[in-house]
Amino acid sequence: MEASMSDKSSTSRSPLSQKGHTIQKQEDLNTIGGSISVEINEKKVSVPFGTTILEACKINQIHVPTLCHHEDLCVAGVCRVCVVEVEGIRTLQAACAFPITSPIKIKTSTPTVRKARKNIIDLLLSEHYGECYSCIRNQNCELQKLAEEYGVDKYTFGHVTKPKYETDKSSLSVIRDMSKCVLCKRCVRTCIDLQEVGVLEAVHRGDQTHISTFMDKPLADVICINCGQCINRCPTAALHANDPSDEIWSAIDDPKKHVVIQTAPSPRAAIGEEFGLGAGHSMTGQLNTALKRIGFDAVFDTNFTADLTILEEGTELLLRLKSALVDKDPNVRLPQFTSCSPGWVKYIEHFYPQYLDHMSSAKSPQQMFGAIIKTFYAKQAGIDPADVVSVALMPCAAKKFECNRPEMNSSGFKDVDYGLTTREMAKMIKEAGIYLPEMPETTFDSPFGEASGAGLIFGATGGVMEAALRTVYELVTGREVPFKNLNIEPCRGFEGIKQASVKLENVREEWKFLEGVEVKFIVAHGTANAKLVMEMLKRGELNDVHFIEIMACPGGCIGGGGQPIPTSEEIRTKRAQAIYSEEERLTVRKSHENPYVKMLYEKFLTDGPCGKLSHKLLHTHYVKRGKYIA
Amino acid sequence: MESVYKKTQREGKVLFSSYKRGEGIEKALKLGREDILYELKISKLKGRGGAGFPTATKWMLTAAAKSDIKYIVCNADEGEPGTFKDRVLLTEYPEIVFDGMVIGGYTVGAQKGIVYLRGEYEYMLSFLEDYLKKMREDNLLGKNILGKKDFNFDIIIRMGSGAYVCGEETALIESLEGNRGEARNRPPYPVNTGFMGKPTSVNNVETLASVPKILVKGGEWFAKQGTGKSSGSKLFSISGDCEKPGVYELPWGIKISDLLTIVGAKDTKAVQVGGASGICIPESQFDRTISYEDVATGGSIMIFNKSRNMLHILKNFMEFFVEESCGQCTPCRIGNVKLLEGIEMIENNKFTFSYINQLKELGKTMQVASKCGLGQSSPNAFISILDNFKDEIFNPGKNGGKYVR
Amino acid sequence: MLVSERTSLTEEIERLVEQYGKDRSSLLPILQAVERKYRYVPDFAMQEIALQLDIHPVEVYSVVTFYSFLHSKPRGRNIVRLCRTIICDISGKENVESAITRELGISFGETTPDKKITLEYTNCLGMCDQGPAMMVNDRVFTRLTPEKAVEILNEIK
Repeated sequence: MEASMSDKSSTSRSPLSQKGHTIQKQEDLNTIGGSISVEINEKKVSVPFGTTILEACKINQIHVPTLCHHEDLCVAGVCRVCVVEVEGIRTLQAACAFPITSPIKIKTSTPTVRKARKNIIDLLLSEHYGECYSCIRNQNCELQKLAEEYGVDKYTFGHVTKPKYETDKSSLSVIRDMSKCVLCKRCVRTCIDLQEVGVLEAVHRGDQTHISTFMDKPLADVICINCGQCINRCPTAALHANDPSDEIWSAIDDPKKHVVIQTAPSPRAAIGEEFGLGAGHSMTGQLNTALKRIGFDAVFDTNFTADLTILEEGTELLLRLKSALVDKDPNVRLPQFTSCSPGWVKYIEHFYPQYLDHMSSAKSPQQMFGAIIKTFYAKQAGIDPADVVSVALMPCAAKKFECNRPEMNSSGFKDVDYGLTTREMAKMIKEAGIYLPEMPETTFDSPFGEASGAGLIFGATGGVMEAALRTVYELVTGREVPFKNLNIEPCRGFEGIKQASVKLENVREEWKFLEGVEVKFIVAHGTANAKLVMEMLKRGELNDVHFIEIMACPGGCIGGGGQPIPTSEEIRTKRAQAIYSEEERLTVRKSHENPYVKMLYEKFLTDGPCGKLSHKLLHTHYVKRGKYIA
Repeated sequence: MESVYKKTQREGKVLFSSYKRGEGIEKALKLGREDILYELKISKLKGRGGAGFPTATKWMLTAAAKSDIKYIVCNADEGEPGTFKDRVLLTEYPEIVFDGMVIGGYTVGAQKGIVYLRGEYEYMLSFLEDYLKKMREDNLLGKNILGKKDFNFDIIIRMGSGAYVCGEETALIESLEGNRGEARNRPPYPVNTGFMGKPTSVNNVETLASVPKILVKGGEWFAKQGTGKSSGSKLFSISGDCEKPGVYELPWGIKISDLLTIVGAKDTKAVQVGGASGICIPESQFDRTISYEDVATGGSIMIFNKSRNMLHILKNFMEFFVEESCGQCTPCRIGNVKLLEGIEMIENNKFTFSYINQLKELGKTMQVASKCGLGQSSPNAFISILDNFKDEIFNPGKNGGKYVR
Repeated sequence: MLVSERTSLTEEIERLVEQYGKDRSSLLPILQAVERKYRYVPDFAMQEIALQLDIHPVEVYSVVTFYSFLHSKPRGRNIVRLCRTIICDISGKENVESAITRELGISFGETTPDKKITLEYTNCLGMCDQGPAMMVNDRVFTRLTPEKAVEILNEIK
């Protein structure tokens, strides 16, 4: 096994308009001019050349307030909340945007600075529509926090009493309430620079400036992929997810309805944050109890269908390999792409529709579960599938769109009724008067309560690949993947694009054609990196690659658009660690060893993976959407 | 449009003095880079757009920046209300402007010069393109200019599209790169990281026009004109209530009252120096001088006589800024709206003095906290007009309220 | 927009991209050329330009809406822009303004029903020594009086 890493700069591209023209930091402090001594609030400190004032302050425990700054994004310097005094310069400087290249003297709390910040916060509040107590981001709003920090007790420059813009509720995933927007442009930098989707930009100028879509069209009509990364980075409630919790409550309260919920691994690793716990606490057991107390009739583990996905997708890959290598079928497309990230699915449908044949036809675990619940499960439990309400707790905004895709009805019903985000679930739990961390731990309901660790690690970027390799390698060779503790390290970590390979040797008789084949795979996360991969594919550089995992969100599902706010690399790392350590404690860690999956194939999907029934229920097709905005 | 293209006899010691096309370039090639920079340094030439940054320093920094590709950009986005000197320079004296660009290109090591011409001046485009064509024919542009081996330089013209803020040099560069005209964070400065990330010197039309004159007549001679800190002469765009509006070349250090006499202004109440972003000088201060030592300006002088309504003038300025702010930074985008609302409150007699004072304080915040020069200077008029014309504005009855406009 | 119109617009943009270069810095000259011809930048053109310069349509729209001289909605065949900055304002702009609106029967910001003239305000045209001033397409007229302004409009009507 050899793991070659691709170049690391995959997240540093951006269109010029969004690029923070900053000075390259010198990491080696021993070079001449490598570090510079500056004075912050009369204290002498030494920082690397090119460090921003904000970073320098942070290292030295000096708090400078920010609003447009976000560590995942390039510099903007537009809100001006972080202004500080630099000796010798008449005007105040934005700490987030000022690279230190000479021994300057900085003051972060002078009367001018404090007045400026107060004025700026007052100005933002004067245009910010709405009241905090009726806001979805109450207690988790950066503008509210600033107002509190700076002792705002009245609206100095007035306050808007009418919304300036109509709320755009067209999207099934993302709602835009621009009357609450503070023009920090984090969403713009997220959409254009971080995700390379390019749906949002500032339009018009002066007092008419606002964030909008192409020709001010409803979000549902432009090429938004519903990833919701903009929501995660919005400091206020200008962007939020389309919340179905009222409908879910009604279903729970309706005695005729049998309400089933499946929970994905990433929400479980993050929901604790909504209850004041630090990042990195897995709350699976507590969540099971809470959900049952809320009134869900059955609580299942999405990891079960993640295992199913691996078998279907892995089999599909092997079949493609067979068609390519044995049958020499010119129509078979390799590399095969994973299809479990609905943001990625919509991205390729819009941006690279000509490559849709590369997509695995396997549905995402959420949708597989939906199809199984309203068929196999309903029958087993003796419930009319029409009375089953199927809810999916997901870290994702795009899952809301996915479950509403018209083709997702192979059970004869809408396979999944509602996609619910981690944030919305936390809100429901709080409404029910439950403090999650206090809950005793319980297990999932059977029969879909047991899953392998392979399903669990789907949550982090590289997880699907790792799970698939564990199964495919073993199916083909009859041996476990040659990695310590089954941990396929080259799949792990947050590098934008990871590339590695594994050689198949001494294979089983039925897979003889794969003898000596080096399975090459790529793992990418964030659609900006997906774009890089697609461009490589376009240039013919990936002809020898077999399998590519792509997740639309940076970090994979643990960084999904439905996850708790805020987000940062540090938070995402901790969530991933929570998942990996939970995984290592499990006994079953390979999808094909999940006993319930075996049972399902024996009892229900009797013609096996990629068989006729599984094709009907567990596989799907895609839409060539293209880029044109009608 | 009488003055366009028609070479009227203008009087002036520096810019409006006689000059043979190419003269400055010839001299520059003879002097060499270091001596050009030396002459510029002793000339003490400062940027004529208004900010007054020493040109020699800007060129030295651009020349010193390490890059194979560099640019000289001529900022012809003259958008400051009451400014039209560049119009005159470009249409009547293109030789000194373009020669200045060529000299700049030679000095900093640029291969390309870009004129960013405001959209409103599109009618000049064909005239200027023809002029550049002639320069190419005469080897004042192109390869091995005037026989100087490996000195290759050409000029292209790029049009603006109606955005005042693009006069700010980094917003101008953003515009050239095909973006919204939103000012960049500085540092890094354009001399290091300018157009397409390459070292770029952005100079005002008048600054560039001064360069050939300095080289021909000597930096020392130039420095002797004007006052100590303000060397050379200045072009003034004179408009408003006077008999002879137009562009004048006058020495730095001229008293406002003397200037008013020259242009035939009578019964003057106020002089707005520096355009909408400048300050308003009341009659009691007409003995102040126009210079970097006292009242600095890019050259816009708007004269208002006693029949004018100062609040109306201020409102016009603030409406201008509300619309022309690029809208990216908070102080400028919302601050200007608040100042304008304050003016409307005064108009409708629905104000409190304490709120107006709060707005003045907000203005001071805008002056220091805005991202670029637009927001930093837009409150100037608000503060200076409300301070200097208190009586008229807050006691409108006193004058019988009789203002024409 | 008809398919044939789209095809010709696509070809036109291809030519412009070739002329100015396949780079974002060509965006303004390309938009200006389209605007000059159509008096606005059609929705389809914005998407086509985005496609050819490899940027996002919303970025093109963002740029178009930023600049006063670029438009995203159709306008009249002739664009009349009256300067409203202070010196023109105090030099008789008001009378010119009312004469024009009376004559054309439309307000500023509107287009005549026959689509011949769109009326707009503009900020300082740099003609303060000869105000009031207005631009008709790319030509500038100065020292306007109400009569003179109406005469100019009648010529293009």
